[in-house]
Amino acid sequence: MTAMPEITYNFAYLDEQTKRMIRRAILKAIAVPGYQVPFAAREMPMPYGWGTGGVQVTAAVLGPDDVLKVIDQGADDTTNAVAIRGFFQKTANVATTTVTTEATVIQTRHRIPETALSENQILVYQVPIPEPLRYLEPRETETRQLHALAEYGLMHVKLYEDIARHGHIATTYAYPVEVAGRYVMDPSPIPKFDNPKMDDCPALQLFGAGREKRIYAIPPFTRVRSLDFEDHPFKVQHFAKPCALCAATGVYLDEVILDDRGGRMFVCSDTDYCNTRQAEGHRGEMAGEPA
Amino acid sequence: MYVAAKGGEKAISEAHALLAKRRRGDTSVPSVTLDQIAGQLSLAVDRVMAEGSLYDIELAALAVKQARGDLIEAIFLIRAFRTTLPRFGNSTPLDTAEMLVRRRVSATYKDLPGGQLLGPTFDYTHRLLDTSLGGVDDDQADAAPQGIPAAEPMPRVTDLLGQEGLIEASPTDDGTEPFDITRAPVSFPVDRSTRLQTLARGDEGYLLALGYSTQRGYARSHPFVGEIRFGDVEVSFFAEELGFEVSLGTVQLTECQMVNQFKGSAEVPPQFTRGYGLVFGQCERKAMSMALVERALRWKELGEEPGAPAQDEEFVLSHCDNVQATGFVEHLKLPHYVDFQAELDLVRRMRQEREENLHETELSEAAE
Repeated sequence: MTAMPEITYNFAYLDEQTKRMIRRAILKAIAVPGYQVPFAAREMPMPYGWGTGGVQVTAAVLGPDDVLKVIDQGADDTTNAVAIRGFFQKTANVATTTVTTEATVIQTRHRIPETALSENQILVYQVPIPEPLRYLEPRETETRQLHALAEYGLMHVKLYEDIARHGHIATTYAYPVEVAGRYVMDPSPIPKFDNPKMDDCPALQLFGAGREKRIYAIPPFTRVRSLDFEDHPFKVQHFAKPCALCAATGVYLDEVILDDRGGRMFVCSDTDYCNTRQAEGHRGEMAGEPA
Repeated sequence: MYVAAKGGEKAISEAHALLAKRRRGDTSVPSVTLDQIAGQLSLAVDRVMAEGSLYDIELAALAVKQARGDLIEAIFLIRAFRTTLPRFGNSTPLDTAEMLVRRRVSATYKDLPGGQLLGPTFDYTHRLLDTSLGGVDDDQADAAPQGIPAAEPMPRVTDLLGQEGLIEASPTDDGTEPFDITRAPVSFPVDRSTRLQTLARGDEGYLLALGYSTQRGYARSHPFVGEIRFGDVEVSFFAEELGFEVSLGTVQLTECQMVNQFKGSAEVPPQFTRGYGLVFGQCERKAMSMALVERALRWKELGEEPGAPAQDEEFVLSHCDNVQATGFVEHLKLPHYVDFQAELDLVRRMRQEREENLHETELSEAAE
């Protein structure tokens, strides 16, 4: 067989027709906040479940002047974040950063940065299962009807049963929210700790689910309410200790197991936030002296 | 002092280098060529083309090599490439009656126009390991008979049945553009073109299991293999600017026409019904499984009772794509520590509350 020709790809991998199709879906999603817009998701060169939806949304909104940040579990240096950042460096040659405030587009899996976002930023979420009612009703034909009728009784019953059985709402991540007083939406598997950050957020929030072929959005400054009951108001997780490296409180912490004798420490899940605080001189109990 | 684990970037590039090394294997052994894969592992190549839904033998062979023989990985490579290709339009409908037939068997007639043609098949071989293949085995191929192209035409068995009206008519082409599942999101219920496309690129193992289940009583359909044919079919394209059809070449296809029982209804006299399977390359197991599942999914239009897994359209079609399935299953190995932390916190809190409740109960019992 003869030598194969070199294969070249368009800016940010996707062809312009595909980007146009995705942008149309995004515009519709912004016009109907929290509504899941079907879109013809493409096969991407990374596996389904690795963030193909987020990557397609990012590819569609990214321009040559953008500065991209990619996080997974709040961290810039997790393997999947590194791989996706590398993908856009290679295919779009855009500037990248780990600093939240410098980024114009932030693609995320499972976290919202601790640093407040601004009006000139877009937060792109990777979504595995976009349908908040999916585990209550497996059929898409049914759930679409429930959304159309704004019939969310199933969800309230589920939350009520949690309280009756456990004394708590036992949903700790992917905690359902109501957007702009209409659609109930899955915020992707972020910890419910992050839910309040979605409310009235100045940044545009876009959600991409590749395998499930859905895009949805929260426009800037939109009311996002976590579902709850008057006598059981929504509450976020609270950590007993501050970050062991930067002494931050009121942030989401990762538990790190240090040894097999029960030794553990809690550190910021948002690595940029933690590094910035350490650079400013904040010291947690397990941080060394500044170099 | 504690330093959090870093180095995702370095770890990834080192892992890729190691993968490349493992893929190549022992360098004192010559690298396998694409010609060798295409020529000697042709059924693997066929499966990659079928489920990758791209007919390109050379690229499929490359994908098999790059994927170290992992066929789902190879299918994924082909799909990721296919998705970037522009679409020129739809070919004119293929005519499988005009196929250059390399194999054709019918289980419903002992003999029929065009005859039975066994062709290259594992059927009737004894599955005994042939140690003579362990070395160089060039002699065997030379001894094989040359294929004889069929001299007489080979009408499809279903067409022969159709002449008597014994089988439901094949749906006529009403000129509507077929749905393209790679260019538009699927919504349920689906039309015939969507159903067939989804099954045609569906996972062989998944369809095999579902087809098998219909034979074991879960949506039993009394199937007969009306005909399986494998061979070369010409692909033509109607070029608007030329005003006539141009031939684009040939593809190899396996077609399975399953003939199933139907008792009839108030409006329709008893007749046989069809289950249809069509796959790139020689993929008989897949074509037959597809035909069984396709028939099972048609329960509604034929007025049959639902209830079996293979009849559940949304379930069957939503889960048959192995690239989607493997991605979502395997994504569980990505980090989930943020969510796990949230669950850990809840479980600890609930355990603590339980302990406190027990303690209170003990105290109050002791006080009584």
